[in-house]
Amino acid sequence: MAAKVRIPTPLRKLTNNEELVEVSAGTVGGAIAELQSRYPGIQERLLDDTGAVRRFVNVYVNEEDIRFLENQQTPIKDGDEVSIIPAIAGG
Amino acid sequence: MKALKCRECGREYPLAATHVCEFDFGPLEVVYDYDRIKQSLNHSDIQSRPPTMWRYRELLPVAGDPTVGFEVGFTPLIKADQLARRLGVRELWVKNDAVNYPTLSFKDRVVSVALSRARELGFNTVACASTGNLANSVAANAAAAGLKAYVFIPADLEQGKVVNSLVYGAEVIGIKGHYDEVNRLCAEIAGKYGWAFVNVNMRPYYAEGSKSLGFEIIEQLGWRVPQHTVVPMASGSLLTKIQKSYQEFVKLGLAAESNYHIHGAQATGCAPISTAQKAGLDFFKPVKPNTIAKSLAIGTPADGFYALRVMKETAGSADDVSDDEVRDGIRLLAECEGIFAETAGGVTVGVAKKLIASGKIPANDSVVLCITGNGLKTLDAVAGHVGRTRDIKPSLREFESLLDAETRSTAQV
Repeated sequence: MAAKVRIPTPLRKLTNNEELVEVSAGTVGGAIAELQSRYPGIQERLLDDTGAVRRFVNVYVNEEDIRFLENQQTPIKDGDEVSIIPAIAGG
Repeated sequence: MKALKCRECGREYPLAATHVCEFDFGPLEVVYDYDRIKQSLNHSDIQSRPPTMWRYRELLPVAGDPTVGFEVGFTPLIKADQLARRLGVRELWVKNDAVNYPTLSFKDRVVSVALSRARELGFNTVACASTGNLANSVAANAAAAGLKAYVFIPADLEQGKVVNSLVYGAEVIGIKGHYDEVNRLCAEIAGKYGWAFVNVNMRPYYAEGSKSLGFEIIEQLGWRVPQHTVVPMASGSLLTKIQKSYQEFVKLGLAAESNYHIHGAQATGCAPISTAQKAGLDFFKPVKPNTIAKSLAIGTPADGFYALRVMKETAGSADDVSDDEVRDGIRLLAECEGIFAETAGGVTVGVAKKLIASGKIPANDSVVLCITGNGLKTLDAVAGHVGRTRDIKPSLREFESLLDAETRSTAQV
């Protein structure tokens, strides 16, 4: 059972350039904790001091923003893809 | 230009094609050497230069001479007396970027900076995620500069904006989703392909181009900062750069220090920033856009936090208007001033009307409205709402009976 997390370019230095990482956690928050245990330091890049997702980080599960789902409690399952993407300017 | 700097944590980076802080994903911003610029830039220097946005080039992030978009900017600032009377305010100006060169929106400003800088950094292919106007400008300016262009747009965009990108020979990719989804995909594409994405990896340079709109307003008002500026908000970037332009001119002694307010305008169908501002929050909740103002339809506005901060710092307000009010705003501007703005312009006029009516913009003050795009690109939004033609045979008798009937019906009223 594994969901995949797509690692954005700025964080790939921490994941040994790994672009897609499998996680077994059942929620987005769990996935972030799991990434932290494997790639120490990655959590503070994604979460602020209060444990909330940083305001310039957007997290998606299967292309849906987790703020429209259950934020870090959003469940993930086998085959899901979690994307971590910096906010972008207008157009 | 000295460096790129994270707006969140202050870490500095070299002046490359990179847009987010590696540490906290905060946006990077260009740092200038203001002490040096202050020594060399004054009113007469600026006035001696050609009337384009490049007359402020010391404050725009290119290292050498610009190579793309020499003719962009210096659009008219119109004193809008009839509209002022209709809205009930003493002094009103319209900054008309609906006639910006070459693609009739303020995006020509940001694109000429982004593409000039992209060339300096050695790129041959440029790209963007766009709600339409940016796509048009990237396509046109890339064609003129001999660069290859990929533009990504929501597939349901107005026909005018689609044709206006295709005609220049750009690769136009329609994404089946709204702008925020286009954006997300482009962030992934930008990370994978070595292109200059004007609003992704070139964003620090690109966004600075918007300042030229504010510089021009100040110069065209006789080197003064307007008391009130009403700015449409999509990502919120333009609003923050208007403030930066005012701050820079004051810092450089090019405009006197004064009290000014910057107000933000959104469409009710996509109003994450205005909703937060009205609730007194300093953060916003993303929304799923549903509005005819497609150029403003960004539900996850990247500069939303900073736009809220600017309104707070300048004691400005935000508001939002319905699709009908957007159409009314377009008509009001057209009928009073002869300017046909796109839907975003209708948003700006509609919100200005509300802010004046509620006293948030006092009736005795002076206001500038930023009109950022041209109505010819969003005909679909107003067609059927602006009256209709009366068709007759080419006969004087028919015309006179038409006129007669209309005069009589008017008289009865």
